[in-house]
Amino acid sequence: MTSVPSITAVPASSSRTLSHRVRSWLKRAWPVVKWTAGFCGEGIIRLCGWSAILFVFAIFLFVFLEAWPMLSGGMNWGEVLTSQYWLPTSRENPQYGILALLVGTLSVTLLAMLLAVPIGLGAAVYISEFCAGKPKETLKVVIELLAAIPSVVWGFVGALVMGPIIVRLTGAPVGVNLLNGGIVLALMSVPVIVSVGEDALKAVPDSYREAALSLGASKWETVYRVLFPAAKNGLLAAVLLGVGRAIGETMAVLMATGHAIQIPHSLLDPIRTLTATIAAELGEAPYREPHYCMLFVIGLVLFAVTFAVNLTADLVVKGIRSEKNR
Amino acid sequence: MRRTADTPELSLQSLAAAAPSQVAAAADHFFAPSAFEKRKKVKEQIAKYVFMAMALGLVVPVVGILGHILIQAWPAMSLSFLLENPRENMTAGGIWAPLVGTFFLVLLSLLAAAPVGVLAGVYLNEYARDNWFTRIINLGMVNLAGVPSIVHGLFGVGAFVAFAHMGRSMLAASCTLAVMTLPVIITSTREALASVPMPFREACWNMGASRWQTIRTIVLPNSISGILTGVILQVARAAGETAPILFTGAALLVPVPDHGFQSFFPYRLGDRCMALSMHLYTLRTQGNPDLPESIEYGTALVLIALVLVVNSVSIGLRSYLRSRKRW
Repeated sequence: MTSVPSITAVPASSSRTLSHRVRSWLKRAWPVVKWTAGFCGEGIIRLCGWSAILFVFAIFLFVFLEAWPMLSGGMNWGEVLTSQYWLPTSRENPQYGILALLVGTLSVTLLAMLLAVPIGLGAAVYISEFCAGKPKETLKVVIELLAAIPSVVWGFVGALVMGPIIVRLTGAPVGVNLLNGGIVLALMSVPVIVSVGEDALKAVPDSYREAALSLGASKWETVYRVLFPAAKNGLLAAVLLGVGRAIGETMAVLMATGHAIQIPHSLLDPIRTLTATIAAELGEAPYREPHYCMLFVIGLVLFAVTFAVNLTADLVVKGIRSEKNR
Repeated sequence: MRRTADTPELSLQSLAAAAPSQVAAAADHFFAPSAFEKRKKVKEQIAKYVFMAMALGLVVPVVGILGHILIQAWPAMSLSFLLENPRENMTAGGIWAPLVGTFFLVLLSLLAAAPVGVLAGVYLNEYARDNWFTRIINLGMVNLAGVPSIVHGLFGVGAFVAFAHMGRSMLAASCTLAVMTLPVIITSTREALASVPMPFREACWNMGASRWQTIRTIVLPNSISGILTGVILQVARAAGETAPILFTGAALLVPVPDHGFQSFFPYRLGDRCMALSMHLYTLRTQGNPDLPESIEYGTALVLIALVLVVNSVSIGLRSYLRSRKRW
């Protein structure tokens, strides 16, 4: 290595000593470099691993910071939660009551769940217990694709396809209303319920089914006497995740529920939800004025509610796992 | 045995004496289902068909809606619909500008989310021990996946647009999308890594390889296609989202050059851009009476087709991988 003849104009001796020096330095430093690189690399990997939780904190933090001017003063929780007057753009007396929005969210979620839970759990039972081979795989793929349809497309379908149908069938003045939103949300949250519910049923050991069948139970009796009780936690988690999805859905309810801030009295009343309010008004709200901050307060409420729902669902599922390990 | 009274007496003697046909008749009589058993059978059939109706009840409306959209969109469908920009207050022309916008938004969000997501999956599957901290990370992931999309949008406004001074821009919108789709990549990377058998790693460690060398040379090459599935899924998810980009960087209308090199790279990082999902929302809410419905339906159809095709690729890849797995 050292006796390579140099063909450059640079004096050979100096270049050789320089490269030699660099090389020997590298040789001595290499373990340190390697260790440092490994340390940094591992640090980066660790940081990425923590990213999920970091981002959850960041989301809470930034939404909280933007909502802070309103939270720290100028806002009365009792009034906000019990007043149904949401008049943020009024010049003399702006009012920020979210009761009507809260009721809107809850009613549309409730309606969606009334439609989606029986159908979703039924479909989960069918896929898991009554179906096998090719049809099963096909159904699962179709449900997965159903989950992939973007929410803005659902809103579009609700407004343009379902709306006229509802008007024709019920004679309602407007097609975009509570019923429309409920149906659209049901279709959107069913895939979650089906896939989580099916997982829950699949997690019941086969020995339970065999025992039931050997006692002479029919499949239906096995399902509702053995599988439902055994998988009840997982099925509950499926329903909760569906609820979480329905509460947080934005574009579909924005486009399909109409835009009336009121407490609904019938299925055919147009309503507005918490999510739709943020989506509709944040663009016009002046930066860091009370209206803007109030929308972030609503975001905080949504964050808290979905956090609680998802946490409960997760704990319920964990409950099954630990029980099974015992 | 409720029916022993009216069944013919069965004994070895009588059985030997009886003709085969008589034996068969007696057996039929003896083993015939009781009313109770018949009811049970009927119940089971009913239950089966009810459950089947529920499962099919999910498929039928969706197929109907998709068919309806396809039929309504048909008049607008042509290559020029994809390649032309919206014209005349969006009542004519095509969807080139939003299509390109969606492409770049998804690309940027992928560039941000894929490395972080894959490394996070590596950490959770290869480095993390099963302790309380890992459980908290898992909990965080479940919740990150469950945060409403509009709250992600608020986070984007607070963190990227205001705090990081990105303004309403393509960059801010992509970052928001990246945070939102991170759980998708983490979860599927983790699954892909977990499906590599432990003996592979043990063999590599026994050769004196470090943990990172094992991951780089054994674990990642054996799970790369599974990781890819998750990445593709992220693309589909990011392409369809509207709420997170609504206030972070999507614009109603951006003039885009019709021809030439510039029409392929029409947006700058710091500018707002159009997006397909946002475009569909704009068309619907603008309430322009001159807007032909076929353009609206056409936009919806392209968006659905994009998402479904990308998703099908992911599903197909996954089932292909499962079928040829050798361990």
